[in-house]
Amino acid sequence: MSKSDNKRGILSKNSEILSLGVILAVLVLLFSLALPGKFLRPSNLQSMAFQLPELGVLAFAMMITMLTGGINLSIISSANLSGIIMAMILTRNVTPNMGGGELGWIIFLAILAGMSISLAVGLVNGMIIAYIGISPILATLGTMTLLEGISLVITRGYVISGLPRSLLVIGNGTFLGVPVPLFILIAVAIAVAILLNKTRLGLSTYMIGSNIKATGFSGINTNKVTILVYMISGLLAGIASLIMMARFNSAKAGYGSSYLLVTVLVSVLGGINPNGGFGKVSGVFIGLILLQVISSGLNLLGISQFLTLALWGALLLGVEALRLAKRRVR
Amino acid sequence: MRRSTRSNSGLRKIFVKSEFYLLLVIVAVSLLFTIMKPSFLTFTNIYGMVESNSFLAIMAAGVLVVLISGGIDISFTAIATVAQYVMATIVIRWGGNMFLAFAIGGAVGIGLGLVNALLIYFLRTPSIIVTIATMNLFYGLLIFISGGTWIYGFPMWFMERNLVRFGDNPGITIPILVLVLSFILTWLILKYTALGRNIYAVGGNQEAARRVGISVLKTQLFVYCYMGFLAGVASTVQANMMLTVAPNALMGRELEVLAAVVLGGASLAGGTGSILGTILGFGLIIIVQNGLTLLGISSYWHKVFVGAIIVISVGITAYQRKLRERKGAIINVEE
Repeated sequence: MSKSDNKRGILSKNSEILSLGVILAVLVLLFSLALPGKFLRPSNLQSMAFQLPELGVLAFAMMITMLTGGINLSIISSANLSGIIMAMILTRNVTPNMGGGELGWIIFLAILAGMSISLAVGLVNGMIIAYIGISPILATLGTMTLLEGISLVITRGYVISGLPRSLLVIGNGTFLGVPVPLFILIAVAIAVAILLNKTRLGLSTYMIGSNIKATGFSGINTNKVTILVYMISGLLAGIASLIMMARFNSAKAGYGSSYLLVTVLVSVLGGINPNGGFGKVSGVFIGLILLQVISSGLNLLGISQFLTLALWGALLLGVEALRLAKRRVR
Repeated sequence: MRRSTRSNSGLRKIFVKSEFYLLLVIVAVSLLFTIMKPSFLTFTNIYGMVESNSFLAIMAAGVLVVLISGGIDISFTAIATVAQYVMATIVIRWGGNMFLAFAIGGAVGIGLGLVNALLIYFLRTPSIIVTIATMNLFYGLLIFISGGTWIYGFPMWFMERNLVRFGDNPGITIPILVLVLSFILTWLILKYTALGRNIYAVGGNQEAARRVGISVLKTQLFVYCYMGFLAGVASTVQANMMLTVAPNALMGRELEVLAAVVLGGASLAGGTGSILGTILGFGLIIIVQNGLTLLGISSYWHKVFVGAIIVISVGITAYQRKLRERKGAIINVEE
């Protein structure tokens, strides 16, 4: 490959992020003009920063599987199951006049249990995809239904609420005026970016998405990589469940089910190729902010949240049309 | 190697088909339920079971056609919801008749299916992505415009469900009739028309189909419009049964229908699937749900069973394919 080819590759990769950034800037400008002194007010920015993280972490859980050319439809039901288990451990064992040390220990155990379940779900997903050869969409459609069923059986459809106050900080607290969940989202984004760009696993993830057979022939254990990717996806769903549980102060089967397809939408909007192999964390992050800006802006304008849904769909189609036009020009 | 593939006797062909195993499972499960609860195997129960699931089954026929063509449609429940709203609004305001109601539902469905097909073809974006976007678009716009209110007060003629009555039995009802008709229509299209064969060809290998002169655009236009048409028809059936139109009655069930069709042997990779398989796959799920209800098992367990059935059955099929893949390519067309 010649040098100019490389240069063009880098440029076009960045131009993808750039065009998303331009769309974002235009939207922010429009909303600021339409809502002078309201849209860019610190309180609105803060409320946006509170709403963004749970969808954001789930989107990264979805994105990483899409990079391998797969998809993970079980993220929401897996998150709900971990949330329910964590909430059950906490509500059953925490008493109002409990000492700090003991409380900390129970919270630690609860989170450990929740994350273990998330990892186990990921392991099962990865194994049935890698070893049995079920296509990811079907495998995770099955586990999604199964996990949702287990959650319903455990809770009988009821809400589990009344969590210890010290845990709620994860969902509702702020540090230096910045919501704690936003810190978690940024940490997750950085971790995923490092994983994808700086580790062998990350490289293998992109390679599997481009051509799984060739990757296998090049000596990489594709089964192992697939399983690890789905385990990471599961763990991210677990982290999202922690944020969701702390934000709602409760857990329930069926929370956030409308997020499922939105995470696919935001991933593709952010430049993830649904066939695998291409896409960056920064793109997904901008995609997330885009959706949040539309949602908050319309909300402030007093427009129905359903128009937001419609605009999200239209935005994705518009961006896909733009991408097609770009490919044509080249 | 060669000998084993050559000696394909008729009987052997039956055993190899996944439909055969599904049928075995259905018979076994039904037998079990009948022994435990004799009321399972009664006309009233089976009729009620089929009728109450008819609108989902009608949409399943559409999903089958889309899957065979190598695509996927997530937006059909949104299409159905839009069609139902439009149909109900027109029928309540200006009156009409049953035929007109179905025509309106079907026409709205075809229109929205056309949008899907054009976007998928011209944007060159995977159908799952386009239809996730259009699902949000259709549903969001509908609720934004309509306000998402429930619709009641259908005219008297719309409330009649029975066409023919045999004594105390329900006879032939509109949902059952429409269900049977849409299955027969789908079967005829897939088996006896050039269009149907083109759908298999495009799903099996789009590039190859294009090279032998099949118009991929035309095939896709038909497939997504047909999906939309059946979604619109199904939504009219659902309105006919419920006599109310609720914005969230159909939404969120798309993956359920998809799972039933896949259970029936249709592959997400395209090129395979049959209406018989879809009937059996869908049948297995509703039989299990109905049987569990009759046995008094809490409905919370239904999803656990359905999920397990999907994972196991799809797992078996996938594993068999993995084993067979070493022997060469397989082409599986409805015979």
